[in-house]
Formats: sequence, structure tokens, C-alpha cells
Amino acid sequence: MSILIDKDTNVVVQGFTGSQGTLHSEQALAYGTRLVGGVTPGKGGTEHLGLPVFNTVRDAVDAGATASVIYVPAAYGMDSILEAADAGIELIVCITEGIPTLDMLTVKALLDTMGTRLVGPNCPGVITPGECKIGIMPGDIHLPGKVGVVSRSGTLTYEAVKQTTDRGYGQSTCVGIGGDPIPGSHFIDILALFEADPATEAIVMVGEIGGTAEEEAAEYIAGNVSKPVVAYIAGVTAPPGKRMGHAGAIIAGGKGTAADKFGALEAAGVKTVRSLADIGSGLAEVTGWD
Amino acid sequence: MNLHEYQAKQLFAEYGLPVSKGIAVDTADAAVAATAEIGGDRWVVKVQVHAGGRGKAGGVELVDDPEAARVFAAKWLRKNLVTIQTDAKGQPVSKIYVESCADIDRELYLGAVIDRALRRVVFMASTEGGVEIETVARETPEKIIRTIIDPYVGAQPYQGRQMAFALGLEGPQVRQFTDLFVNLARLFRELDCSLVEVNPLVVTAAGDVHCLDAKITIDGNAMFRQRRLAQMHDPSQEDEREAEAADFNLNYVALDGDIGCMVNGAGLAMGTMDLVKLHGGEPANFLDVGGGATKEGVSEAFKIILSDQNVRAVLINIFGGIVSCATIAEGIIGAVKEIGVEVPVVVRFEGNNAAQGSEILAASDVNILTAQGLVDAAEKVVAAARQAA
Repeated sequence: MSILIDKDTNVVVQGFTGSQGTLHSEQALAYGTRLVGGVTPGKGGTEHLGLPVFNTVRDAVDAGATASVIYVPAAYGMDSILEAADAGIELIVCITEGIPTLDMLTVKALLDTMGTRLVGPNCPGVITPGECKIGIMPGDIHLPGKVGVVSRSGTLTYEAVKQTTDRGYGQSTCVGIGGDPIPGSHFIDILALFEADPATEAIVMVGEIGGTAEEEAAEYIAGNVSKPVVAYIAGVTAPPGKRMGHAGAIIAGGKGTAADKFGALEAAGVKTVRSLADIGSGLAEVTGWD
Repeated sequence: MNLHEYQAKQLFAEYGLPVSKGIAVDTADAAVAATAEIGGDRWVVKVQVHAGGRGKAGGVELVDDPEAARVFAAKWLRKNLVTIQTDAKGQPVSKIYVESCADIDRELYLGAVIDRALRRVVFMASTEGGVEIETVARETPEKIIRTIIDPYVGAQPYQGRQMAFALGLEGPQVRQFTDLFVNLARLFRELDCSLVEVNPLVVTAAGDVHCLDAKITIDGNAMFRQRRLAQMHDPSQEDEREAEAADFNLNYVALDGDIGCMVNGAGLAMGTMDLVKLHGGEPANFLDVGGGATKEGVSEAFKIILSDQNVRAVLINIFGGIVSCATIAEGIIGAVKEIGVEVPVVVRFEGNNAAQGSEILAASDVNILTAQGLVDAAEKVVAAARQAA
């Protein structure tokens, strides 16, 4: 078991023939992900990487796609997400960085009414180790296993994954929810899935400064999550008012500090670690695993 | 991206919002000429910098003599203004805004932000004009009137009327405020704003609602479709090194410490700064070299980090994802040789070909310390910085 994706997930790639789409589709195929092909408007009917190219997502859905991954430039992000949702795609994973916030505000409001799940944008993607890799994460650091990982940051996700792999725990599914101010999925959405997933025995949550998603997650965990959770928050040393790389990583008007987030999570009974090197040992402590 | 007040007011005027007549000038003579062109016998002269607290810092003055406008402009142009929101150096002044003077009866507040938790544009109004909204939120939260904008239907007049009555406006002011609110919401949407503030929004002695100040922040992600606003960008208001880094697609933020950090990924870059601090060091910067971490990128990153005279050691923390650490190792060696890096450099590789990358560094003739893991890296770089101190 896993969440969101498994070995039977059929994936279509939006922005398939571009450089990013090509590179990461090759990696996904090598990992064993079931790609049904990709969409590049105007190139329908041709082949790329030995797979069919479609003009529209609708055509890809007709060919069996249920999930999509988006590698298009930011200016086309909103259009691509909405096309996938309208075509009936159930899970949209948007890797693209730099989509305007007001576009995401509109997209998120519409998707909520349609029941379509979006992960990202500005994220590394989703992986169920050994089964399906959708996104830009390196497949070989993962190990099929029992820890659910949810994170706002790409490389920090890899650090958490590496530590759970090194200790032999492995991961059920890893979800990068992305570093934008308005993500398609929040911590809460993914925590709910991990709580319901029998293969997930413990959860690692990696947050960062900006917004209040971690505080909302803390409240949710206190009332709804029975599995052990280890949380790490990046940005204790970040100065207020400065955007730290990610569009959403900014302490604004005194809100969104790492101290507030650590405090809320600890009050909710979550095991927090102050050093990103301690994620693995934190898990050992809360689970009693070797 | 922040705009200057004079730019924001120009945009306000284009959207039919009531602003005073004003002219932005860059010489003392032009300041005098502006008073004549605007007319009247009293003017406000305002230093244009991207920082609040200008009034208390002496950057805003009321003048009733064109010569006083000249003196003010001569005093501030090409100088720096230090306010409670700037660093000790202050922000450079290249423009003065000369504006006709409004007689104020009441000061109010009106602002809009993107509320991340609600995922909506939210307007805030308050009777506490001239006070920072964060202060009002902390001390008298009941005085903030919130209005949520529906992303599909946009701001509606009834929402404006509700706020107007709650603010105690009456008669024609209700209609004026409602128009102002609807137009400001349209501006927010059409110009891809992330923040708009009118603080204070005033009721003049004549009883009219009027925008006395204007602040606009544009979503940096939307610059590709806001070309005209991109032209309004004033790089002089930003940290020089941050602006230079941006030219090379590097994210850099200067801090006060002595340990330079070069990391791939924004989250890991923050995590690395925190790790340095946890091990007793002080990070000198945030720097995300991006996923590729090419030789060119690493070279530029070194130049920017080392342009900070406080840096005594550099920590490079790379988690190789798709990109091999061996490729990055070659990039680091090339960059160190090209730049002539003299401070100790500690490198921690993890992920794709990490061991090979460390071997390449060890076998090279450049002086680089390799670290085994995050803790070792932090300890080594903190020790190296102490030794150099």
C-alpha cells in the first residue's frame, strides 16, 4: 500500500518533449513508472522516447492516463493544470516553479469544486518507492518501506529520505507539496492520507518558514493523527521580511517564524528535531525502531 | 517586487483612485519647478525609498515655500535615508516626490494581501490610520474589518458599502469609498499584486475620501506578463549582492555571520544555515545555487559570498539529485582556481556519486576539506572559521 500513486498508476507528461520533460521522463521510465505518453500540442501522433505524443490531455486520458505530471514553463502552468483537471485526471503533479500566485489562487478554488487533487507547484513530485516515480527526485536514494514523508522543500526531502533509507526503514510514499504560497495540497491533505494508509507506520514532516501551514498541520495532528510524527522546520536563522528562495518562504508581519511552528507542533505532541541531521534518530526515538 | 510611492500613485490614478497631484523629481531645481506646476501654496515633499518610517526619519516634510522644497531636495538627493525599517546604511534617495497638500480630518487604513490560509485576496480596513496594520492586529484586532474577495466574481460594491459604514463614513463618502475599494481590487488583480496598502487613507477637511500614501508589491513570479511594471524596478533599493546574484539565477540573502554557505535547494540552504548556528557558528548568508550547480554558477556564488568581508570560511553543502556530485566537484575545483579562494572551504556531498565527488576533491591540488555527513561538515566549518578569526 501507499498513497496517491502505485505500480498501476498511468501517467501522462505535460511538456513531454521539452528538455526538462524529456530528462525526467527518461528517469521515470528507468524507474519503472508507467508512462502512457506525453502531451505537446501540435506534435500529436508522433513518438518521443518510444511513447505516443498527444495533442491534448483528453487524448491521453482516452489512452488510459489517470495522473499527470507538468513540466511546462510557468506562463503555461495554470492552463496546463486546468486542462488536466478538465480532462478528468485524478492526480496532477506540477513541478513547474514560478507560477503567479493569483493564478494558483484561481486554480485552487476551481479544483476544490471539482475534487481534483493537485500536488505542487514548485515541488519535486511524488514517489512510491519501487513502484512509481512522478517528478524530479533521484529514485535510487529511496527504499520501499514504512515512513511517509511530506515536505515543502525538494533537497530537504532527499535528506529525510536518505536518513530513513540508511536506517532501513524505507518510505511508503514521499510527497513534495512545494514551496509556493498557495500549494495544491497542504500538509493536512497528505497527513490524512498517511493516517489512513496501512503501509505508513510513521510520518516525517518537513516544513519551513512562511505562512501557517505547519501550525494548521499541528492542530490537525493533535485531533486526527494517531501515528508517530517527526517534524523539522527550516529557517530558524532566516531574517524577517526576506524571501528565502521559495516564493512562500518569507516571514511577513511577524508571522511564519520557525519558532512559532516548532512551538505549535510541540504543543500538539509532535516530536520535533532542531537539526536536519536528526530526522532519522528522531524517528527511532518515537517508534522504538532500531 | 516593490514599487516607489510615486509609481504606485501613478497606477492608482490610472485606476481612478483619488490621489493628490504630484511630480517625482531628481534635482533641486525640478523640485521648485514642480511646486509651480502643481500650484497652491503648500506642498508635501517626500523622499522615495523602499522602506516605511520615512516621516519619523525626516524624509517627509510639509513646505509652504518653493525654496524650502529646493532645500529639502538638495539635502536628500543622492544621500541615504535611514529609517527603522532599513539597515544602518539606509536606502539611497534618487527621487523626491512633490505633492499638493491635503487637509486631513480623519485617518483610516485600507490594505489587501493574499491570505495564504484562506487562499483568497483579503481586504483589511481600520479606523486606525497611520498605524502599522500588524500593530493594530496585535493590540486591537477587533478594529480590523476583513473582506474576502471571491476569485470568480471579484470585489462587489456591497462589500465596499459594508466596510464604509463600519468605518463610520457617511453621505457621499460611502460611494467614494466603495468605488475606491472596487477599483483597488481590480488593480490588485490586473497588476498581479501580492500587497497593496493605503496608509493612511484619509477623509479630507472637505469631506472627501483620499489616498494619502500608496504602497504596492508585485508578485515576482508574474513579471513575465507585467512588462511595464518590470520597467519600474529600481535595483538601487536592493542589496547590491542580492541583485547581482539574481542576475545569475542565484538566490542570495546577506546575513551578519562569518560562515559563507553555498547549497543546492532553498530548503536545504535554510537547513544548512540553521545547522551552522546549532553548532556554534553564525551563517553569513543564504545562497541557493540551484539544482545544476555548474562551474559558472559555483564561480559566481563564490564571488558573491567572498565579496562579504566578514566571511572567514565557506561551507558547500550539496545533495546530488539528478546531477552527479562528481560533476559538481569539477565545478568547485574550477571555480576555486579561477577565483583564487583564500578562506577555508568545507564540502559535504550526499546523493548521486557523492563518494566519487569527494575523491575528486581530495585528489585535486586545491585546499578543500571534505566532510562526512552534515554534523561533520558543520563542525569542520565552524572550527575553520574560529581558527581564521
